[in-house]
Amino acid sequence: MSTLYFTEDHEWIAVDGDTATVGITDYAQKQLGDVVFVEVPEAGKTLAKGDEAAVIESVKAASEVYAPVSGAVIEGNADLADAPATVNESPMDDGWFFKMTLSDTSELDDLMDQEAYDSFVAGLD
Amino acid sequence: MTLDSPTVTGNRGLVIEEPLIFEQGSPDKCGVDLPEPDDRPDRLGGVARSGPIGLPGLSEPEVVRHYTRLSQKNYAIDAGFYPLGSCTMKHNPRLNERMARLPGFADLHPFQPESTVQGALAAMGHLSDWLLGLTGMEAVALSPGAGAHGELCGMQAIRAALDARGADERRVVLVPDSAHGTNPATAALCGFQVRGIPGNDRGRVDVDAFKAALDDRVAAVMLTNPNTCGLFESDILELSTAVHEAGAYFYLDGANFNAIVGRVRIADLGADAMHINLHKTFSTPHGGGGPGAGPTVLSGALAPFAPLPHIVADGAGYRLVEHVEGDMQPFGRMKGFHGQFGVFVRALSYMMSMGVDGLRQASGDAVLNANYVMARLRETLTPSFEGPCMHEALFDDRFLKGTGVSTLDFAKAMIDEGFHPMTMYFPLVVHGAMLMEPTETESKESVDAFCDAVLALADKAKAGDAAFFTGAPRHTPRRRLDETKAARNPVLRWEPPAPAQAAE
Amino acid sequence: MRYLPLTDDDRRAMLARIGAASVDDLFRDVPPAAWTGPDGFDGLPPHATEMAVERQLSALAARNVAAGSVPSFLGAGAYRHHIPAAVDHLIQRGEFLTAYTPYQPEVSQGTLQYLFEFQTQVALITGMEVANASMYDAATGVAEAAAMACRITRRKHVLLSGGVHPHYRAVTESFLRYTDIETECLAPDPLGVEDLMGRVTAQTACVVVQNPDFYGNLADLSALAAECHAEGALLVVAVAEPVSLGLVTPPGAMGADIVVGEGHAIGSPLNFGGPGVGLFATRKKYVRHMPGRLAGETVDEEGRRGWVLTLSTREQHIRREKATSNICTNSGLIALAWTIHMTLLGEAGFTRLARLNHMKAVEMVEALERVPGLKVVPRHFFNEVMVRLPGQNAAGVVDALAERGVLAGVPLSRFYPTYPELADGLLLCATETTDTADIEALVSALTEVLR
Repeated sequence: MSTLYFTEDHEWIAVDGDTATVGITDYAQKQLGDVVFVEVPEAGKTLAKGDEAAVIESVKAASEVYAPVSGAVIEGNADLADAPATVNESPMDDGWFFKMTLSDTSELDDLMDQEAYDSFVAGLD
Repeated sequence: MTLDSPTVTGNRGLVIEEPLIFEQGSPDKCGVDLPEPDDRPDRLGGVARSGPIGLPGLSEPEVVRHYTRLSQKNYAIDAGFYPLGSCTMKHNPRLNERMARLPGFADLHPFQPESTVQGALAAMGHLSDWLLGLTGMEAVALSPGAGAHGELCGMQAIRAALDARGADERRVVLVPDSAHGTNPATAALCGFQVRGIPGNDRGRVDVDAFKAALDDRVAAVMLTNPNTCGLFESDILELSTAVHEAGAYFYLDGANFNAIVGRVRIADLGADAMHINLHKTFSTPHGGGGPGAGPTVLSGALAPFAPLPHIVADGAGYRLVEHVEGDMQPFGRMKGFHGQFGVFVRALSYMMSMGVDGLRQASGDAVLNANYVMARLRETLTPSFEGPCMHEALFDDRFLKGTGVSTLDFAKAMIDEGFHPMTMYFPLVVHGAMLMEPTETESKESVDAFCDAVLALADKAKAGDAAFFTGAPRHTPRRRLDETKAARNPVLRWEPPAPAQAAE
Repeated sequence: MRYLPLTDDDRRAMLARIGAASVDDLFRDVPPAAWTGPDGFDGLPPHATEMAVERQLSALAARNVAAGSVPSFLGAGAYRHHIPAAVDHLIQRGEFLTAYTPYQPEVSQGTLQYLFEFQTQVALITGMEVANASMYDAATGVAEAAAMACRITRRKHVLLSGGVHPHYRAVTESFLRYTDIETECLAPDPLGVEDLMGRVTAQTACVVVQNPDFYGNLADLSALAAECHAEGALLVVAVAEPVSLGLVTPPGAMGADIVVGEGHAIGSPLNFGGPGVGLFATRKKYVRHMPGRLAGETVDEEGRRGWVLTLSTREQHIRREKATSNICTNSGLIALAWTIHMTLLGEAGFTRLARLNHMKAVEMVEALERVPGLKVVPRHFFNEVMVRLPGQNAAGVVDALAERGVLAGVPLSRFYPTYPELADGLLLCATETTDTADIEALVSALTEVLR
């Protein structure tokens, strides 16, 4: 069973032991609008917390997805290249960006849980 | 909402459906008669092209009709009011076009001997004199190709000056949050890190935050004045003094110079560099996206680093300096040949026509027209800031709150009313921005007609007729286009249709 | 003032509505120390009539020698071709001339469609998959191509051939000077003998060459392309004379990854060198790394085909410091002139024009080869060659011929004054505008001066 954490940059990270899956939240995909392009990291890339890990573009905006914690990329979601709309349609499931190992699980302590994230979003306009 | 009955052709009177050139003509047609080439042994060394290129063939009448029909699908200043904020869509005098086409200017090769191009060099010299006279600056680099290129010129000159000083620790450039996106892009190209500086509730730079950000790592400040909210930075002298006291340089983005030309000299603001968009302030045509020109004026501190080539008055004539001479330390070269000469001639023709008195009148009328737009709309729309504006009036979308109409929808409805929309969603510092720049070349009647239409639309939006807006435009050659489809699966060129498959 | 529609009555009424005492009152945010009164601009003249401006500028223009008024053999990156009358007529239609960048696609379909056609034509003649809607010129295009190659390969070393136009080299060096990219410019290479293959390494982001090169040498770049690709580098090919692509194997077919061209020779007059139009083409897989604007096909709400600017997230107004380029305005109207001229030419006209240029150059070279004391350098060329005038200063020869009413090419010393071995080098070009009498005038004047 994985545990779900969130960042203030509207990323989610589902942790299962010392590996995790990362994506963007429903709120984030709504803010971006129709996603037209996603670039995910290659397997093997090491990331420090806060590094730029992926790129996401909608018609009007481009933004980076940052590594919520430090670790190494196990796999990028190759399906997104041909089907970027998946991020809009299923941000929390099929629209995941990459899977990674965790090098320091204590970094998770800085992240929000579902309840904290919900109230964080509620506080935004 | 249903439209009038469809036609059998899809054409609608003057708006005629026009296929791509690749869907017309045939390979054996040609719009140009050329003589038969000699039949000499070629000297190509075996790299002759094999096989057809795939270009279509059309006769001259077909070509003329094709582009005429395309032109009829465009809005233009010649056709109507174009209040695109920060873009300065003013009238483009046709004298400028005629002057640029004089054979003695248009048919000059850039590498003719200097003795055969003295008139052209003099024209560049006169343009320089005008730009220096109007700005009070030391030197001007004429060659940058447009505004962003001029920014690059100024920022590279700053980088060169810092390098000459050995100021290797200065790598931070301060850019206000309201800046054009080109500013941070340019700073990054010069190896600088960009740090934002916040604005205050008066739409200007926050002086205290600005001063607090100035330290000995700051290389330069990039500031637009009048700023992108259409306001004069009233504390600019304090800002420029603080920049210089901190050992940094002051880059002024001159995109809005048209608001103050003939009234404020850039040197008096403490600027070290400023680009001048000849295609904004000095009336050269935008041409559907260029060519422009972005000559960059420089202070004494930066003048030694101006890029090549230089125009130098030399006795009775002019010289084009293309290589380092004396103690000049150019950071390099911005462009091939000598810059946008054809644009220089147009701008010079405009300056000579207007004169210094006419330019002063032009900036006055531009500011007057913008303030008049503000005065007429301020009760119904929501101005973002108090006080007189400069050449453009900024509103945000508070007046649309709860109507279900967005800034974009509002703009699209303006298209149906026969106006080009204002700039939308820029600057980013206000929500749903609407930036209106009428320019000095609009009559009072024209500005009034625009204001009447905007006010009527605003009333309509507030009355709850959202569908009127979200379905607009309806009277254009195309209705709203699917930008998501275009970006998800980019089709960037015509491809020949795939050969027909065998019938199923 | 003929360009200003407001009357004094209008101004008074508008000021009353605004509630301001005067126009100057609207400028009250300007600090007094920064204000200049009407008499504060010394030396700048007052307004003038259209007639007066026309007279003054015509007098300036008359002090120049128009290239078309005398036999002219000037090239070196700027080529004089005949422009059909329809081109200039069409680009002066106000709907093209006085429109802005097509940000509102519903009222810009004309501009967007011609850009889409332009992109297709550029891709076809360069043999590439996609092209953008233009750059400022070839020099800035080469610089942008080098930066793009670094983004794609994630490498930081750019190798510029000595055969590339010296202005393209200088602009590229300048453009990248303050980035973390290292630009290596090889020495001028008039003979086309430099060893590029041996210099490509696993650190090379791209090799930039020109074909035909600055000195006129035409080459097959296939082996160089293969070597670049073997090392994981890209091959950038510059084309200074776009007409050559009607006759010569296009860079795309030789394996180029990015092709940059100077387009002004098709559709635009010389204009003393500017404005030009940069042609920029690449492979489809690199499109998101490409600078500049792109027109793309889509449909409108009623399902009708239409065009929009697309992939704009690469651009600076969205990406800010992470943009692919800082360019905003490019060269729309010159691209329009280019595409109209190309459409008039079509397949048959473009290939014939190219052949005509080559045959004129062959005729010129055959004549030059009979001039004593002159040596033609390139063995294979398109419409331009470097010649050597052993023992002579080429710049002096050009001046001497100018006095005889012949614009006899461009001396290499103009670009490389510190290379004495190039002082006797001269670039000579022939196009379809060159006739046999021009060639005879050149040959006889040269024979006389070199005697």
